[in-house]
Amino acid sequence: MDASGLPVVRNTRPYLIGLGLAVLLTAIPFALVATGALPRTTTLIIIAVAAVLQILVHLRFFLHIGLRSTPFENLAALVFAGILIVFMVGELCGSCLTSIIA
Amino acid sequence: MTAGAFDTIETAALPASEAQKFEERAFGFWIYLMSDAIIFALLFATYLVMLGNTAGGPTGQLLFSLERAAAETALLLLSSVTFGFATVALALNSRLRVIQWLLVTAVLGVAFLFLEYGEFGGMIAEGAGPDRSGFLSAFFALVGTHGLHVSAGVIWIFVMIGQVLTKGLTSPVASRVMRLGLFWHFLDIIWIGIFSVVYLPGLT
Repeated sequence: MDASGLPVVRNTRPYLIGLGLAVLLTAIPFALVATGALPRTTTLIIIAVAAVLQILVHLRFFLHIGLRSTPFENLAALVFAGILIVFMVGELCGSCLTSIIA
Repeated sequence: MTAGAFDTIETAALPASEAQKFEERAFGFWIYLMSDAIIFALLFATYLVMLGNTAGGPTGQLLFSLERAAAETALLLLSSVTFGFATVALALNSRLRVIQWLLVTAVLGVAFLFLEYGEFGGMIAEGAGPDRSGFLSAFFALVGTHGLHVSAGVIWIFVMIGQVLTKGLTSPVASRVMRLGLFWHFLDIIWIGIFSVVYLPGLT
């Protein structure tokens, strides 16, 4: 994403790279749940890690967020929303995970 | 990586006041999306709190289908990529390709909604509607809010196809398609959260 709000990406490469990475990061957790190959707690941790990575892949390759190309105001809003989300949900996820493990 | 990796072009052909208008709208829309992300975060938090409150009713393990969740995930991911192709066609000023890829995106979106409405309908028919338990209220609130967004997105795609057909690829139309793109990619990111918090843990 750049400041202009107008189309600037002229080749499909970022979308194809994003698709490849997203398929990989989706297939791993789905396969683990389908096969039950790993213990439940391990599977849950891998699901969480794959989700965070996939969100980063989408932000980078589909929304074209870049530390230099994206305007500071947009990055600041994204980081601010991220911090609020961690405050509101992060703590809860931690306690949920603890109760699942226990 | 820098922006250069994506073969960006200058769009400075516009008068400065016009260009600033589109910049402001893109920024305003981004602020909306971030506030929408907060709404979804709270719906996720509510879902996690209500997860155990099944009131003797069915759990996710009984209700969810891994195959359906996988199909929905594939449809939304592909639709995000095809929307990307539409914006590339937009940058290359190819009207026919823009319409073609927007149509493909809309079809994938409708297919996703068809699966989701099927899931909701089946659950309600089995007596596992939002009124059954706190868990199911939270499930329908979270997944239903996402589904409503996708429904609005599909309508918006058809509106933009109409505008591209009637007005052509003017700067205002192009900037609207780009904002719709932000919305559509954002919904796919929310879906990553839904399959990773609702469906996969529910079936683990």
